[in-house]
Amino acid sequence: MADNVKPRVRVPKSAKAGEAIVIKTLISHPMESGQRKDKQGNPIPRQIINRFTCEFEGEMVLDATLEPAVSTNPYVEFEAKVPASGTFKFTWYDDDGSVYETTEAITVS
Amino acid sequence: MSQKYALIGALTLALAAGASQADPVEDTLVVNGEIEMTTVAPAPEHLGGALDVVRSGWLYRGDETRDMQRDDFENPAMLYVEAAATAWSTPEGTAGKSCADCHGDPESMRGLRASVPKVNPNNGELWAMEQFVNGCRTERMGAEAWKWDSQDMRNMTALLSSVSRGLPVNVAIDGPAAPFWEQGKEIYYTRYGQLELACANCHEDNNGRYIRADHLSQGQTNGFPVYRLKQTNLVSLHNRFRGCIRDTRAEPFEIGSPEFVALELYVASRGQGLSIEGPSVRQ
Amino acid sequence: MNLTRRGALALGAGFAATVLLPATALHAAVDEALAKFTGGAAVGEGGITLSTPEIAENGNTVPVSVSAPGAVAIMLLAEGNPSPGVCTFNFGPLAASQSATTRIRLAGTQRVIAVAKMADGSFVQAANEVKVTIGGCGG
Repeated sequence: MADNVKPRVRVPKSAKAGEAIVIKTLISHPMESGQRKDKQGNPIPRQIINRFTCEFEGEMVLDATLEPAVSTNPYVEFEAKVPASGTFKFTWYDDDGSVYETTEAITVS
Repeated sequence: MSQKYALIGALTLALAAGASQADPVEDTLVVNGEIEMTTVAPAPEHLGGALDVVRSGWLYRGDETRDMQRDDFENPAMLYVEAAATAWSTPEGTAGKSCADCHGDPESMRGLRASVPKVNPNNGELWAMEQFVNGCRTERMGAEAWKWDSQDMRNMTALLSSVSRGLPVNVAIDGPAAPFWEQGKEIYYTRYGQLELACANCHEDNNGRYIRADHLSQGQTNGFPVYRLKQTNLVSLHNRFRGCIRDTRAEPFEIGSPEFVALELYVASRGQGLSIEGPSVRQ
Repeated sequence: MNLTRRGALALGAGFAATVLLPATALHAAVDEALAKFTGGAAVGEGGITLSTPEIAENGNTVPVSVSAPGAVAIMLLAEGNPSPGVCTFNFGPLAASQSATTRIRLAGTQRVIAVAKMADGSFVQAANEVKVTIGGCGG
C-alpha cells in the first residue's frame, strides 16, 4: 500500500430525483509510472491506481480504467443522477492489491 | 567563445524574443467563492520605483493553472493541508502534546504566515515559519525537529499558510529586522553563478517576458508553499530559491540557511500588500 | 547576440532528433490500442467533444475533459507518450451524462485522442494537439 493514500470526494448533500449532479474525486497517490529511474539508475516499479469506480446503491455510475499516464493524485470529475436518497460508494484499486474506499450520502427530495 | 557566453547569449535571446508577449493577465482571484485575493498592489516605497505595482505569480499562469487555485477541491495542495490537519491534533514527543493542545484550532494561527519571517525576541534570530514549528516541536512537545524540506514540514507550513489566506503580506523590515532585511536585499541584487544572474535580473528587470517557453513572474512569495504541477507536490520557498540559484549555475545557499531566511524576508517585503495565497498552484 | 554558430547548430540537431525519433513505433502502439477498443470497426467523427488546453504549462498535469452523449465508453490516448493508453471511462446506468474530466501526463507536444463507443456499437473520435511547455526554470 502506498503511503498516506487519502481519498477526497465532493458530492452535493441533496438533489432532485434524476437531476444531473457533479461529482469530483481526488486521491493522494504517487501514480508511479514504471518509466522513472531512481538515483542509482534502477527502474522504479510501476505502482498506480488502475481502476476507479463509483456506484450508487449497487448500481454503476462510472467504472474507469486508469493507465500510468494519469497524473499523480488522480482527479476524476463526472456527472451522476440518482432516483432516491442513498449512498455513493467510491472505490480505488491499487496495483499492489490495496483497495481504498469512501462513501457519501445524498438526500433526494 | 566559451560555453558561459554562449549560455548567456541564449538566455538574452530568450528574454529579448519574448518581450511583451508574456504579460500577466487581467483576472480576479476569489477562492471557494469567498476568499478575495489582492493580486495587484502598489509597489512598496522601499522599492524606489523599481516596479510600478507588485503582482502575484498567479497572474502569470495559464487559464487551467489559475482555475485550479479557485476552488480548494481542485487545488491538489489541499490533500497535504488535510494531512497536516491530522498531524496538528496528533500528540507526539515526550510531553505527549499535539499542536492543538496549546494552540486549539489551526485557525488560531491566522496572521502568522503574513508576518514571517520575523525576529524571534527570545534569541534575536530571524526565524521563518519552519523554525517556529520546530521550536514548538523540540521545546514544547519534546518531539524531533522536522527537516526543513520534509513532507511533514511542507504539509504543516501549507496548513498554517492556508488559514492566513486573503491577509496581506505584512513583514516587519525595520527595528531588529533591519539588518536581516539589508542582508536579504544584498543577496537579491548580487549576481551569482556562471551565468552571473541576480534575482533582480529576471524578476525585476524582465518579469512579464519569456524565459525560454516560460513566463517570468516577479518572483513573489505570497503563494508559498506552492503545489507545482511539475513536481506534483508541495514545493517550499527555499527549495524554489535553491532551484533559481542553481539555474544560474552557482552553488546555492543551503535550504534553511540564515542567508535564505534573510532573502525570504526581503523578497516577502517586495510583495507587501499582496494576499497570502499559499498553498497556491503553479506550473 | 552572443550565441555561437556551433552552439546554434548543436541546438538544432538535438531538437530534430527529439522530434523525429519515436514517430513510427508510436503509431503502431496507437493503432494497436485503437484496434483493441474498437475490434477493428470503422471510427467516425462528430458527437464527441474533447477539451484540452492549447498550451499545457506543465506536461505532468494536463486537464482534459471529454463528452460523448449516448456513449457507453470513452477511451483517451496520448499519441506521443511512451505508452499511449491514458484511461477508459465506462458509463453506468446512473451516469447523468457521458462525460468526464481528469488530469493527465503528456511527455511532450502531441495529439490527444478520444474515442467513444456508442450504444449502437459504432465508434467516433476526436483529437486535439496539445503543446507542452518546456519551462524556463526547473526548480
